[in-house]
Amino acid sequence: MKNSALGRTYADKECIIRQGDVGDCMYVVQTGKVEVVREEGGVEVLLAVLDEGDFFGEMALFEQDVRSASVCSRGESRVLTVDKKTLLGRVQEDPSLAFNILRTLSNRIRKLNAELVRARGRSRT
Amino acid sequence: MRKPQRGPSLADSLTSLPQAKSSDLSLEDGSEIAVIGGGPAGSFFSYFVLGQAKRVGLDIRVDIYEPRRFDESGPSGCNHCGGIISESLVQILAAEGINIPPDVVQRGIDSYMLHTDVGSIRIDTPLVEKRIAAVFRGAGPSGLGESSWSSFDAYLLNLAVSKGAQVRRKLVSGVEFEAGRPHLRSPDGLNKGYDLVAVATGVTSNFFQLIDDLEIGYRPPRTVKTFICEFQLGSETIQAQLGTSMHVFLLDIPGLEFAAVIPKGDYATMCLLGHDIDNQMVEAFLASPEVKGCFPNPEMIPEHVCFCFPRINVQSAVQPFGDRVVLVGDCGVARLYKDGIGSAYRTSKAAAKTAVLHGIAMEDFKQHYWPACRTIAKDNRIGKFIFAFNHLFQGRRFSQRAVLRMTSWEQQKKEGPQFMSMVLWDLFTGSAPYREILRRTFHPSFWIPFAWNLVAAVFSRGGGKKIGRPL
Ligand SMILES: Cc1cc2nc3c(=O)[nH]c(=O)nc-3n(C[C@H](O)[C@H](O)[C@H](O)COP(=O)(O)OP(=O)(O)OC[C@H]3O[C@@H](n4cnc5c(N)ncnc54)[C@H](O)[C@@H]3O)c2cc1C
Repeated sequence: MKNSALGRTYADKECIIRQGDVGDCMYVVQTGKVEVVREEGGVEVLLAVLDEGDFFGEMALFEQDVRSASVCSRGESRVLTVDKKTLLGRVQEDPSLAFNILRTLSNRIRKLNAELVRARGRSRT
Repeated sequence: MRKPQRGPSLADSLTSLPQAKSSDLSLEDGSEIAVIGGGPAGSFFSYFVLGQAKRVGLDIRVDIYEPRRFDESGPSGCNHCGGIISESLVQILAAEGINIPPDVVQRGIDSYMLHTDVGSIRIDTPLVEKRIAAVFRGAGPSGLGESSWSSFDAYLLNLAVSKGAQVRRKLVSGVEFEAGRPHLRSPDGLNKGYDLVAVATGVTSNFFQLIDDLEIGYRPPRTVKTFICEFQLGSETIQAQLGTSMHVFLLDIPGLEFAAVIPKGDYATMCLLGHDIDNQMVEAFLASPEVKGCFPNPEMIPEHVCFCFPRINVQSAVQPFGDRVVLVGDCGVARLYKDGIGSAYRTSKAAAKTAVLHGIAMEDFKQHYWPACRTIAKDNRIGKFIFAFNHLFQGRRFSQRAVLRMTSWEQQKKEGPQFMSMVLWDLFTGSAPYREILRRTFHPSFWIPFAWNLVAAVFSRGGGKKIGRPL
């Protein structure tokens, strides 16, 4: 079934997006895993490992800023590109299409809040 | 039934279009919905109506009536279709969280091969990425043994079931109103009332014609006969002959609007769309050298393993809704010749949102569902104009040559805008609305080089050749 998965195949460690690049699409992992890595002052921090069905690069849909992190394949993966134009064109007709993305973003904020509380707790002790 | 009082939630504000006063008919806790037909429109409707209801805290029940078993091979499990899931639908479903699994995608398509009477050209996806899915709607053609692939319609139906829908393996024979509620009848004595009936029976069975009798003002869509057949070639031959390209044909055969050979796993599906396709047209098509060239031995095209002449919606229904009744997918409004599954998604989701967030009276569907249908219907009018124009091109060799020349030049330069390639890509894939395709053809960067290529084509008489990357 090698012809059947959708999207593009990325080899181990191959980057799908790079921190600092300008982007105009979001991505959805079809098979395999990808790592979200942010570089800060020469140090690389692993922010998350994403799985089948997870998406990334969605910030480019809402703002004109550069990519805030790099996303690279962990092992071989297959990733589908979703064009900003296609998605926003549909969102205009059907705003509820953004619901799934907003739900994931809201989950991520919830996790970040929890991390922040944990980090503050650690710095107090 | 009065509308329950609910405070506005994020879901409400995200999903509602500008609010208008809704009627008194609405869904409430315990409401029951019947969905007649478990093809894409029925499954999408059920999936979204249950999802929306959950978001606003509404407890409803959905029964899907579908006699077909999509996991069976041959006609009993098949919904008669080319099985192309368009580039835009693949992306939008992914954004919805619906990722078509690899065991459903028989082949990911990353390019189109355009065949005309004067030559062929390959057009790659703008991102050289497999964003079009070739699927079987059922398990596959008659006589199929063990298969590693699953049916697309079964996948969608299971998604609806995962949201809580119940599947009833019954053929519905009629709908009648009793005490203001629609009741379903079946040959085995079913007589059950529902709060809302969503009709998603497509146009292959004649069921949609019966809705006329409900006197809700519905007028069925106009349909024409098409042709589909399957060739069993084996995956290696398919890879070598057809690759991961969909092969489309613009040939000078009167009445033929569009024809395609679609590579799947072990099979190739051939589809002919036009004005009531008949055996003669099929034979003329199969006899053309461009079609023969797609097979390993052009002198001997293998026998097809199954075929049918299904109907396709070519003119939208009038008023596909009434109090407590809504028609979605092909039996309502569908996109002309392209992306029928995409329009089933759009109309079903719009109807589901209307039912949950606005109400289930005729007035609710008119205000909140009909605009989505009207957008498709209006676009189809532009589509008809484009196809009429396309006829002019198909019938003249010099204009075929001009299109090939311009596309070939664009495909070879790789960089910069590709106006003709994009127009053809969107026309064949159904990825963009017809309005958008027409708009692009008005751009000077399209018509100035096209005019130049037309002049050049009049003076050049070179034979057709394959241009572009090998498969
Ligand atoms: C030749 C051809 C090629 C096509 N190729 C493509 C393509 O490549 N890509 C694309 O997107 N679209 C394509 N289409 C269009 C596509 O097939 C339809 O737009 C799509 O199937 C519509 O979905 P639907 O759910 O409305 O109807 P259907 O898919 O027809 O489903 C209707 C369902 O209702 C059930 N049903 C019918 N009557 C009853 C009843 N009385 N009781 C209970 N159940 C009932 C049927 O069993 C069926 O499962 C093609 C169409 C044709 C004719």
